[in-house]
Amino acid sequence: MDFEYTPSEENFRQEVRQFLDENLPAAGNRSADFMDTWLNKVRDKRWVGFSWPTSVGGGGGSIMEQVILKEEMSARKAPPLGTCMMGLAWVGPGIIQYGTEQQKQRFIPDILDSKYHWCTGYSEPNVGSDLAALQCKASRDGDDYVINGTKIWTSLAPFASWIFMLVRTENFGKTENKHDGITALLVDLSTQGIEIKPIENMAGQKVFAQIFFDNVRVPMENRLGDEGNGWAVTISSLANERSSIGEVTGLYTKLEKLTDLLSNSRWNGQAAIDSKKNRRTLARFEAKIEAMRLNGLRYLTQQIKGEPLSSETSVNKLHRAELEVEMGDFAVETLGQAGLQLRGQEAVVGTGYWAADSLNWPTVVIGGGTPNIQKNIIAERILNLPKD
Amino acid sequence: MNFGFTQEQELLRVQVRRFLDDNCTLAEVRRIMETSQGYDQVQWRRMADLGWLGLIIDTEFDGVGLNWVDLVVILEEMGRSLYPAPYLSTMLFCSALNDVADGPTKKAILPGIARGEIKGSLALFDQPGDPHIDNISLEADDTSDGLFLQGSKPFVHDCGSVNYYLVAYRQAGSLYLVLLDADDEGLKQSHSPTMDLTKRTGSLSLDNIEISNAARFAVDEKQLQRLFDVGAVGIAAEMIGAAESVLAMTTKYAQDRTQFGHAIGKYQGVKHRLAEMYVDIESFKSLVYYAAWTITESQEELARSASLAKAYASDAFATIGIDGVQLHGAIGFTQEYDIQLFLKRSKWSRANYGNADFHYEKIIKQRLSQ
Repeated sequence: MDFEYTPSEENFRQEVRQFLDENLPAAGNRSADFMDTWLNKVRDKRWVGFSWPTSVGGGGGSIMEQVILKEEMSARKAPPLGTCMMGLAWVGPGIIQYGTEQQKQRFIPDILDSKYHWCTGYSEPNVGSDLAALQCKASRDGDDYVINGTKIWTSLAPFASWIFMLVRTENFGKTENKHDGITALLVDLSTQGIEIKPIENMAGQKVFAQIFFDNVRVPMENRLGDEGNGWAVTISSLANERSSIGEVTGLYTKLEKLTDLLSNSRWNGQAAIDSKKNRRTLARFEAKIEAMRLNGLRYLTQQIKGEPLSSETSVNKLHRAELEVEMGDFAVETLGQAGLQLRGQEAVVGTGYWAADSLNWPTVVIGGGTPNIQKNIIAERILNLPKD
Repeated sequence: MNFGFTQEQELLRVQVRRFLDDNCTLAEVRRIMETSQGYDQVQWRRMADLGWLGLIIDTEFDGVGLNWVDLVVILEEMGRSLYPAPYLSTMLFCSALNDVADGPTKKAILPGIARGEIKGSLALFDQPGDPHIDNISLEADDTSDGLFLQGSKPFVHDCGSVNYYLVAYRQAGSLYLVLLDADDEGLKQSHSPTMDLTKRTGSLSLDNIEISNAARFAVDEKQLQRLFDVGAVGIAAEMIGAAESVLAMTTKYAQDRTQFGHAIGKYQGVKHRLAEMYVDIESFKSLVYYAAWTITESQEELARSASLAKAYASDAFATIGIDGVQLHGAIGFTQEYDIQLFLKRSKWSRANYGNADFHYEKIIKQRLSQ
């Protein structure tokens, strides 16, 4: 057990720090011009797609260098390395692993250059946690697939240009072998027959949507992986999901905000920070966040040693889900009526920060697998309990 | 960066596991815990031969010269088996002596521990409750004939099973630890059984015991705080293994027990609770490992990391102990069935070296003083 870094890792850390000193103004300028320059500069450093092989234009960073880059970036609250979120998180890795040479050349540079957004078409009106039961249909017609059906709760769809989606090409309406016959397609959202209807969430934002496909023709060359093999493509793409390092820094920042809030608020006739209940709650959050940090390092060590991870990442997903719900709710509860206000004094209500926070958690908590599904995963894959 | 155990540490774990599987099934635990000594002297000797008693003692004093990260491996496995022995007490005694004692004292005591001849325990607090300096109230009587101790230490681990004690007292506004021999005249050890018979507790009564200058060591608050923190880490390490036993036993039960036509582990009410146990154990395990690492490698972080570990472990294991019994249904509630032994251990572990309330308060104080 040691928490030291090698000299070359330390050098890399210095390189990142120096870059941030030179290119990241302390006073939070995040104008469009600044973002353009920032994205170009981090692109030049090959830090966008840093984990991807250099042969496709990635950075070829080692696991530890990826960790260091994330640590330093999140410690300084730097803007993201590239804005093509889903492209960088799993669509790109999926294309690198399963794509044809032509697909790599067509899509990877655009993802790295933050040209446009991707979204991910998984859920359907009757298909949520039981994703493999999906029924959106694609049939072959000459050199095209023709898609008919609908996807829903598709995050970023109102802003995206392309969708990575799962369709069914075989085994319609069957419950057995439902994982077979699923195919992954890359679809241009401007194709004729696609209609995107944004859905307003309870926080008043329209970031997800329902998408309708009416005889949408997609050329065969846009299939990712083999026909009928879409489930495997999805599973291994999702395995590329980011580690929890950036999340932990974000949660520590939120904990600081919460500490400040309690220091500046009154509760039951006393300073909120003097209440035993509040102090214990805050400290309990700290223990969970620190546990997430250390769990992440422990699992990272396993990965570096080449020991396969089972479903351990579900542990931190559950912690994060709980913290996202509880921290915002705790803040709003502590603030009483003031906590409900969407605008107001910065020191007290954080100008609506906590009100919005307490309504926005489903993005994190439900997206990517509900807590109930994460618990099923742990119980079935790690503890070997019978499937539902 | 490497947050894992070395190959040697993994081998140590295999060795400890084999020893405990061979020598200490739960039937054997039940036998040992009912004996007058509360441990098995033959096994103690073997542990000396295996190097476990001198594990954290410097080679200079005939020890193995390893540290708390290695020790955690042994403690975790002992916790898994609820192994009854004054092992943790002796290791904490050892660690304290190493921190505070002078050369001649270490030379006189530490090699004897490594050889298995000396066992020790800390007698720090005069009141039940938190590992707080205010709970050390015993005052030495300063007379013309010398310094004397009159009073008692009522919550001493393995009292009566060890042959040395480090006793905390105050004198003229300062704090001291004095090394006392169990055979000293005026020293009485009594055993007071708690609900967890695998963890002995007793009362040490001190009847006009003279304090020799050579055996007493001045300690400051920081040093004492370190002893408390190390104690919390030691107990939390045993809690990992014990909680994992509850999870393993209850998971097995959920796989085997059939109701409504299915193994009960198929039902989410059962399987989700087991998954939550897994999440909590994984998490306090990470916190404990890190805290153990800070004991020697990053001492300024110890106070925070020990509290995070003990706080999380105390709450989590308490619930795991209760739910382990509850998920077994009525059979879990019987004296005959082993799961209840772990419930008792969870309560013992929570109460010693600070419960979650105590440690969470310590964490928040640190956060606010930053």
